[in-house]
Amino acid sequence: MSTTTELTETTLLRFATAGSVDDGKSTLVGRLLHDSKSILTDQLEAVERASASRGAEGPDLALLTDGLRAEREQGITIDVAYRYFATPKRRFILADTPGHVQYTRNMVTGASTAELTVILIDARNGVVEQTRRHAALAALLRVPHVVLAVNKMDLVDYKESVFAAIAEEFTAYALELGVPEVTAIPISALAGDNVVEPSANMDWYGGPTVLEHLETVPVTHDLSHCHARLPVQYVIRPQTAEHPDYRGYAGQIAAGSFHVGEQITVLPSGRSTKIAGIDLLGEPVDVAWTTQSVTILLEDDIDISRGDLLVPSKDAPPTTQDIEATVCHVADAPLTVGHRVLLKHGTRTVKAIVKDIPSRLTLDDLSLHPHPGQLVANDIGRVKIRTAEPLPVDSYSDSRRTGSFILIDPNDGTTLTAGMVGESFASPEPVKVESEDDGWDF
Amino acid sequence: MTTTVAKMDEGTEAPYALSHLDALESEAVHIFREVAGEFERPVVLFSGGKDSIVMLHLALKAFAPAAVPFSLLHVDTGHNFPEVLEYRDRTVAQHGLRLHVASVQDYIDRGVLKERPDGTRNPLQTLPLTEKIQAEKFDAVFGGGRRDEEKARAKERVFSLRDEFSQWDPRRQRPELWNLYNGRHAPGEHVRVFPLSNWTELDVWQYIAREGIELPEIYFAHEREVFSRGGMWLTAGEWGGPKDGETVEKRLVRYRTVGDMSCTGAVDSDAVTLEQVITEIAASRLTERGATRADDKMSEAAMEDRKREGYF
Repeated sequence: MSTTTELTETTLLRFATAGSVDDGKSTLVGRLLHDSKSILTDQLEAVERASASRGAEGPDLALLTDGLRAEREQGITIDVAYRYFATPKRRFILADTPGHVQYTRNMVTGASTAELTVILIDARNGVVEQTRRHAALAALLRVPHVVLAVNKMDLVDYKESVFAAIAEEFTAYALELGVPEVTAIPISALAGDNVVEPSANMDWYGGPTVLEHLETVPVTHDLSHCHARLPVQYVIRPQTAEHPDYRGYAGQIAAGSFHVGEQITVLPSGRSTKIAGIDLLGEPVDVAWTTQSVTILLEDDIDISRGDLLVPSKDAPPTTQDIEATVCHVADAPLTVGHRVLLKHGTRTVKAIVKDIPSRLTLDDLSLHPHPGQLVANDIGRVKIRTAEPLPVDSYSDSRRTGSFILIDPNDGTTLTAGMVGESFASPEPVKVESEDDGWDF
Repeated sequence: MTTTVAKMDEGTEAPYALSHLDALESEAVHIFREVAGEFERPVVLFSGGKDSIVMLHLALKAFAPAAVPFSLLHVDTGHNFPEVLEYRDRTVAQHGLRLHVASVQDYIDRGVLKERPDGTRNPLQTLPLTEKIQAEKFDAVFGGGRRDEEKARAKERVFSLRDEFSQWDPRRQRPELWNLYNGRHAPGEHVRVFPLSNWTELDVWQYIAREGIELPEIYFAHEREVFSRGGMWLTAGEWGGPKDGETVEKRLVRYRTVGDMSCTGAVDSDAVTLEQVITEIAASRLTERGATRADDKMSEAAMEDRKREGYF
C-alpha cells in the first residue's frame, strides 16, 4: 500500500537541457537516466547490440537518445526528444534539445514548456558565446529556474577557483538579462561527480547535486500575483433529461485561480457575470487554479464560445488589434513584412498581417539589427502584427500562457513563428541598439 | 494530498502544486477538448488495451456531464483475446458509443493482404487502419501512444500531421510550442493525436488504480496455457502456435500489453491486484514492449519504419 501511495503523490517537473555539441550533454542526460535507473535492461541491451554491430567497443549511450534512422546514420540529433524518468520524490519530463547553433528553434520549443533549464559549460572553456545564447534564450522564454552545470571538472583538477570564476561571470550576465534564479553546480557527467551522487572530489562544494536540485526546486508560483485567465475551449451542453439546462465553459486555467461567486468578464465582448459553479472533471469545487482543466458555470446565460477568455472583472487585460512581440521564426520559409498569417492565441485563431519587422536580435551580444526585411529559420526578432479581431493579450512577462502565440501559414498550415508579447527581457536596463553590426548570425 | 507532497513543498505554494497524475490528466483533457473544438470528425482508437481504456476514461471526464463527442475505432487483427473483445463490446454499450471496426481478417479473405509466414498480424494493421480513416473521412485520430514506449516515439508530437497516405515524416514535424497545438490540415490529410504522450507505463497503472478503472482480466495473473517462443510466453491458439518442438504448459502469467495474440507475450506473475501490478512494474527491469512485443524486435528501426507507413 505504502509503495503505491508514495509513487503516486509526487509532482511533475518539466525541464530542458541546453549545451554545445561537446559540452557533454548526452553524457549528462545518459547519467541522469542511468543513475536514476530509468534505463531498463532491454533498452541497454538494444544499445549494446547496435553499438557492437557498428564495431564499437562499449555501449554508445548516445544511441539511447538518438532515436531516428537519420540521426543514427549521421550521428547527430535533429529534433527535440522528450524523455521520462522518476525518483521517489518527483517525476521528470526532459525536453532533450540538440546543441547545434542552428537549432535555436528547438531550444525555444523545449524551453516553452520548461520550468527549468540546465545550461552546460565545459569548465576548461568557461563562458563562451554559446553559453550567452543559451542564457539569453532562457531569459527570453522566461524559464523560471536556470541551472548552470559546470561540467568536466575532472579535467581542471576539481579546482574551486575555476568553478567560482565561471559561476560568478555567468550569474552576473544572467541576472542582468532578468533570469530570476541561477543555481551553479560543479559536475563531471562522465565521472558522475555531483550529478546524482555528491562528489568526494569537491568537498569545497556545499550545494545540491543536479538531481537533488531537480527534486526540490519549486514547481508552482505565488498565484496571488498572477492574473487569472481561462481560455474557453469548448462549450459543454448535454441537453439530456438529466441535465436539460447545463451549459458549461470548458478550458484549462492558463494562469491564476478562480473561485465560485467571483465576478468575471468575458473577452473580447466585455460582458460580465458571476461564477455560479466550477466542475473539476465531474466534481464540483469552490476554487480552481492554474493548469487545472475545469468547466465553469455562470449565473447569466450570455453568449460565450470557443476562443473567448474569462478573466476576473477587476483584472482584465486590454484588448488590442496591434501586437508587438519578440518572435522566434521556426519555419524554413522566411517571415516577411506584409505576410498574411493566422495567429493562434489561447484557443482563438484569427487572421493577421505582419506590419513591420523593426529589428532582429543577435543573441551573442543582444544587439539589435534594424529592419532586417525578413526573419529566416532560427532568427529572433521584434515583430508588429495587426490582427483582424481584437485579442486580450497579456505581456509574456506576466503570463507565459496568455502572453504567447504562434503564427500559422494559412495555405498549408505550417507553424511559422513562436511569439512572446511585450518587452523581450526583464532587464531593467534598455537593450542597446546597434546598427552597423552585421555579425548577427547565430 | 499525502505527506510526501506536504514535506516536499514547504510554505504557501503547497496548496497549488498539482500531483503529477493531476497534471498529466489535466493536460490530456486539454488535448481532448482542443480536438473537439477544432475538428469535424475525430475518432478514438480503442483496442480494449489499458492505454485506450485510459483514453476513453479521460474523454468521459473531459466532456462530463455530456457524452463523449467522438466515435471509437478498433483495428481488429482477428487474433484477439476473447476477454478483451468482450470488454470492448460491453464498454461501448455501457457508454452508448459508436464503434467502427477495421478488420484485418477481411483484407486477408479478400486477398488484399497476405498472411505472413510468422503469423504475426501487427504489421498488417496499417492498411485497414489508413483505409478506414480515408473512407470515414476522420480528420483527427486519437492514439494511446506514449513517448516512453520507444525511441522513435520519443520524437513524436502530440498533434502529428499525416499526409493523404497517412505517412509520418519525422523531419517535417511542426514544432510544438507552449500548449498551442496546431491542427491545421488539408483535405485528405489527418492529424494523429496522442493525449498520453507524456505518460509512462507506471503513470498509466497508477492512474488506473487511483480512478478505479476496470480492466480486462488478462492484465492480472491467471493460469493460462502458454508456450515459449523467442523468450516470451505466447498463448496457444488458432493463429499458428505452438509449432513443432514447442510445448504447451500451464503457467501463472499476466499481460503488460494487449495486442495481436501472435506477437504479444505474457510475463510470469502472481500479481492479482492493481497494487501488486504496480509494485511489480516499479521493480521491473524490462520495458513493457521489450518484455512482451515481438514485432518491435524485428529491426532497430522497426517502430519508426511502421510509423512512417501510417502505423501508430
